Amino acid sequence: MTQTISSPSTWFWRGARDGLPFTLVVAPFALLFGVVATEAGLNLLETMAMTILVIAGAAQFTAIALMVDQAPTFIVILTALAVNLRMALYSASMSTHLGTLPVWKKAFVAYFLVDQSYAASILKYEQHPELHPQSKLAYFFGIMVPIGPLWYGFTLIGAVAGSAIPPEFALDFAVPITFIALIAPMLRTIPHVVTALVSITVALLLVWVPYSMGLIVAAIFAMAAGAGTEILMERRKGAA
Amino acid sequence: MDTLSIWIVIAGLGAGTFLIRFSFLGMMADRTFPDWMMRLLRYVPVAVMPGLVAPLVVWPEATGGAMDPARMGAAIVALAIGAATRNTLGAVGGGLVTLYLLLWLL
Repeated sequence: MTQTISSPSTWFWRGARDGLPFTLVVAPFALLFGVVATEAGLNLLETMAMTILVIAGAAQFTAIALMVDQAPTFIVILTALAVNLRMALYSASMSTHLGTLPVWKKAFVAYFLVDQSYAASILKYEQHPELHPQSKLAYFFGIMVPIGPLWYGFTLIGAVAGSAIPPEFALDFAVPITFIALIAPMLRTIPHVVTALVSITVALLLVWVPYSMGLIVAAIFAMAAGAGTEILMERRKGAA
Repeated sequence: MDTLSIWIVIAGLGAGTFLIRFSFLGMMADRTFPDWMMRLLRYVPVAVMPGLVAPLVVWPEATGGAMDPARMGAAIVALAIGAATRNTLGAVGGGLVTLYLLLWLL
């Protein structure tokens, strides 16, 4: 129980320590984003503005891929935001732990609410539900201490280095490979696999639809297929 | 894309992402989504990203839209490594190595 009564500053450093392993994932992705954004034609300022204002790798890669594809601006924003909708779930789950804090503190939490900081915090909060919200907050910010600066810094390195990489390296394909690498570990249940297959099939069938609208249709069908499969499987399990 | 459109994307994506992250934290009362909505939201990334990537793999831009065995092979290896090991970086690495190997061989 000593963990519970320790001060927010103890929890801050505990968070910083627990954030360290994530740097192995965050740094290469940031580097890759810097390279890919530069190859796509964004200048240094634009690349850094996106990475600092958005801090959401998958959505940033989505936006770049669609911009290269000449999709209209509102489709780029809409699709990339769809990729980030999962963060509304993070927000809902964090609010049950940090809801009583002042709004300005929660605004900072919202800005830094990325996959890694959410996953690590919620794990700790569930182990120590009795922890004071100030300590929970300190732990959350602690996690971002190693992650945040690395995200910005390695994007910068990638953006600067990116312009020096010759086209023989086929970096056009870095984005598809990154996406596949992000998706593959998500395919852990049958409904997830169904969702991905429907998404691929409909997107390929509708590739002729202008303004990348086919992708949005594909995503809607895929989401419904995934949720539908989940419901069916639950019913079957219930009946058995 | 022209400079103005790039900045509109940056601003729109930045503001929109912040609002999504702030949504429930910013509310005064404790509220959550209805069950069906939570269920749908869980599938959003896996519904959007495969559909985005599939045409890029099948009809790569770099080859002028012609199917390319090197890029296809790299995609399959990345998928296999990612699904088997759940290791994203390993999947990126394996995919890139396969791509360079096949580009060099073919």
